[in-house]
Amino acid sequence: MKIMVAIKRVIDYAVKIRVKPDKSGVVTQNVKMSMNPFCEIALEEALRMRESGLASEVVAVTMGPSQCLDTLRTGLAMGADRGIHVDSTSALHPLHVAKILMNLVQIEKPSLIILGKQAIDDDCNQTGQMVAGLLNWPQGTFASKATPSKLKNQAFAPTMWWGFPKDKSNMSQIGKKEYTHGTMKSLIDVVLDKEKEEVTVDREVDDGIETVQLKLPAVITTDLRLNQPRYATLPNIMKAKSKPIKKFTPQELNVEIKSDLEIVEVTEPPKRKAGVMVSSVDDLIDKLKNEAKVI
Amino acid sequence: MVNRNCRATLRLLTLINRQGHPHPPLSSSPSGHISHSYLILPFSIAFVFLTVLCFYSGTGIDACWKQLQRNNVHGEHKIVSFFSPLASSLKTRQWGVKIQSRCYGSASVLVQRNPKFSKLNDEDVRYFEGILGAKNVIQDDEKLITANTDWMRKYKGSSKLLLQPRTTDQVSEILKYCNFRCLAVVPQGGNTGLVGGSVPVFDEVVVSLSAMSKIISFDKVSGILVCEAGCILENIISFLDSEGFIMPLDLGAKGSCQIGGNVSTNAGGLRLLRYGSLHGNVLGIEAVLADGTVLDMLKTLRKDNTGYDLKHLFIGSEGSLGIVTKVSILTPPKLSSVNVAFLACKDYSSCQKLLQEARRKLGEILSAFEFLDSNAMNLVLNHLEGARNPLPTSLHNFYVLIETTGSDESSDKQKLEAFLLGSMENELISDGALAQDINQASSFWLLREGIPEALMRAGAVYKYDLSIPVEKMYNLVEEMRSRLGNDANVVGYGHLGDGNLHLNVSTPQYDDKILSQIEPFVYEWTSKHHGSISAEHGLGLMKANKIFYSKSPETVKVMTSIKKLLDPNHILNPYKVLPCSSIS
Repeated sequence: MKIMVAIKRVIDYAVKIRVKPDKSGVVTQNVKMSMNPFCEIALEEALRMRESGLASEVVAVTMGPSQCLDTLRTGLAMGADRGIHVDSTSALHPLHVAKILMNLVQIEKPSLIILGKQAIDDDCNQTGQMVAGLLNWPQGTFASKATPSKLKNQAFAPTMWWGFPKDKSNMSQIGKKEYTHGTMKSLIDVVLDKEKEEVTVDREVDDGIETVQLKLPAVITTDLRLNQPRYATLPNIMKAKSKPIKKFTPQELNVEIKSDLEIVEVTEPPKRKAGVMVSSVDDLIDKLKNEAKVI
Repeated sequence: MVNRNCRATLRLLTLINRQGHPHPPLSSSPSGHISHSYLILPFSIAFVFLTVLCFYSGTGIDACWKQLQRNNVHGEHKIVSFFSPLASSLKTRQWGVKIQSRCYGSASVLVQRNPKFSKLNDEDVRYFEGILGAKNVIQDDEKLITANTDWMRKYKGSSKLLLQPRTTDQVSEILKYCNFRCLAVVPQGGNTGLVGGSVPVFDEVVVSLSAMSKIISFDKVSGILVCEAGCILENIISFLDSEGFIMPLDLGAKGSCQIGGNVSTNAGGLRLLRYGSLHGNVLGIEAVLADGTVLDMLKTLRKDNTGYDLKHLFIGSEGSLGIVTKVSILTPPKLSSVNVAFLACKDYSSCQKLLQEARRKLGEILSAFEFLDSNAMNLVLNHLEGARNPLPTSLHNFYVLIETTGSDESSDKQKLEAFLLGSMENELISDGALAQDINQASSFWLLREGIPEALMRAGAVYKYDLSIPVEKMYNLVEEMRSRLGNDANVVGYGHLGDGNLHLNVSTPQYDDKILSQIEPFVYEWTSKHHGSISAEHGLGLMKANKIFYSKSPETVKVMTSIKKLLDPNHILNPYKVLPCSSIS
């Protein structure tokens, strides 16, 4: 089974963002760029599935100018088998990305697409849902950590453990019993059933956790608590150099990059005003009533 | 002997106990090794008489002589309880009398409060209130405890007064008065020093520069920053970050340490390999001498060869020649491409060869080269939350952290990858991971910067900071291990690129026996290999009498004369840096 993972090159999460003086966007010159954290989690998930034997190949896809190749190489260094680079210098909005992915799916024919739930530069949270809609595939979004759900008729494959579980209380008793030396029961809740061609996803929603069962092929978008991505180790970096990267352009994929969105202005959020010390309770009530108008 | 509350009996019992206590011979102590028991009673009575005298003159017991005790239970602050023996824990061998414990030193060094220094009185406090305003003259007990105790909670002074000047003139007035009254003074910054140099030994007045924390000016073209001495390093770093520059020094204590203290102690840190020491980066300082003279050497010039460059005397003098009030420092531009790699080596010689290769292959982009051994790694992983092993698949003996900083992301990454893969092929490194984003880089740094904190959490720690020729560095760690065996966990880590080893011995509790195994062996070993007994931590109180292990007597003589010249009354940070024998 092939898994396709889409990864995006964004401004590094830890960088302090500054708005350009002409308010047309944010400063990206000389700023550290790296892989979107949610995409890292998505790739990590795909790699774990491959390591547990449920998938045969992981293909990493990235779209953008040639600098995106750095991000793709990181993905290959983490362990993806092949890379696809869709070269485009124009701004790509979620709908374009979704259309490109749709056409790539006709070529690559994966059974599962895993994406990050959103990119940290635009926070759109649209691509995964749009891809599922265009392909008419089921989707499990905001996949997060929870107890392994269904136990009967499930192929529970042990996976390699990377990092330490943050929340031991969520471990099910079955999971603990089946620990064996070297491999441990995974805490991820995306459970793949190869025979039945289904995937069970626990979604993190506002009211709690919602479990959905999807028939493959399907789209999953990953949330923060799904896993902790691995580091790129040197042996893998070495291997990554010889992994193939296929190049496409949007035209080859019959996708027209027509921008129907125009960014009018980008401004910083208003700076938080300093607090005011009040001298008495009466003063506080007065301020709440008259200035803040909340009582 | 029955009436245990009698002071004379208390003294007597103390003396007897001390005689039986496994101390090395105490030198020149009036109530030390007494062989003639019939002398005990008159001695004790005389002593009690003296202490009573001291008490009535308003100084308290800690004004009397102190002994550097070897037994110090980690973290416990013993309050002087000479007159209220029930106040302290009674199960001690010393009959409820606990002299305020100073930290262990080596052998029997007696630090006596210099009787030349005056005692603080109300008139002095009123005078200071007149200069600074009542708000900045602090006698509040809680705040005094913080000012009196160092970061490692090993050294505790008994100062009764904390002053917080806001301008250089106020500092000058304070020192002029203290010099006139012969009041000892301890300049204090962030109080993160590790050798007891930032806290009072007895009742010195603490002059804290925390209130002087303004950034005065910053020149965006040249990168020259002028700021007051009380600016916290991390705040300066964030300020420079928004301007596109960085500080040339970076240390684990950056959240609390102040630039004045950094300059006064010539702090080293993690970036010394690339940007050099503070002697090269500080362009000027403004300092106040002991008699209140303000020396304005605050130039912002890169080159100024006019006369003797006095600022270098103050950089590294640990507050004993003058109080630094303003600093002008050259800051390098912030380069966009920072890469961090965490590597594993199987033995120390590969670490060394790796360093040589890194210098050659990475050259100008190399900005940090740190190493830690497997004991250090285990400590961090066990005691620090959020620490994650990047190379979990197998245990390695040594770990090396390499950081490169350059202006071109892709070419730097290529260079680094080529170097790492080449080293892997040559079997210099057995495994490694390269950080892909800033978060991963910070988690690698946490493994190295978190070691001191992990050591503190693990129990008692004996810290040594030594400069040793790189080839021999780890031999010391191995020798310490064989000396101490299973009694202690010997941890070695440090700035391999600068030849600086941080040797730490971690034990569950402080123990005399272990200390005697460590010191003076460590100092003698270092001295034999022509190393420095204090690479970057300074001498402070801990190593005040050890300077001869690394400096010749003639050099120390010249240092003493400079001290006499700039501070004739020795009021600045007394009992520290230079040996007591050479002063007074």
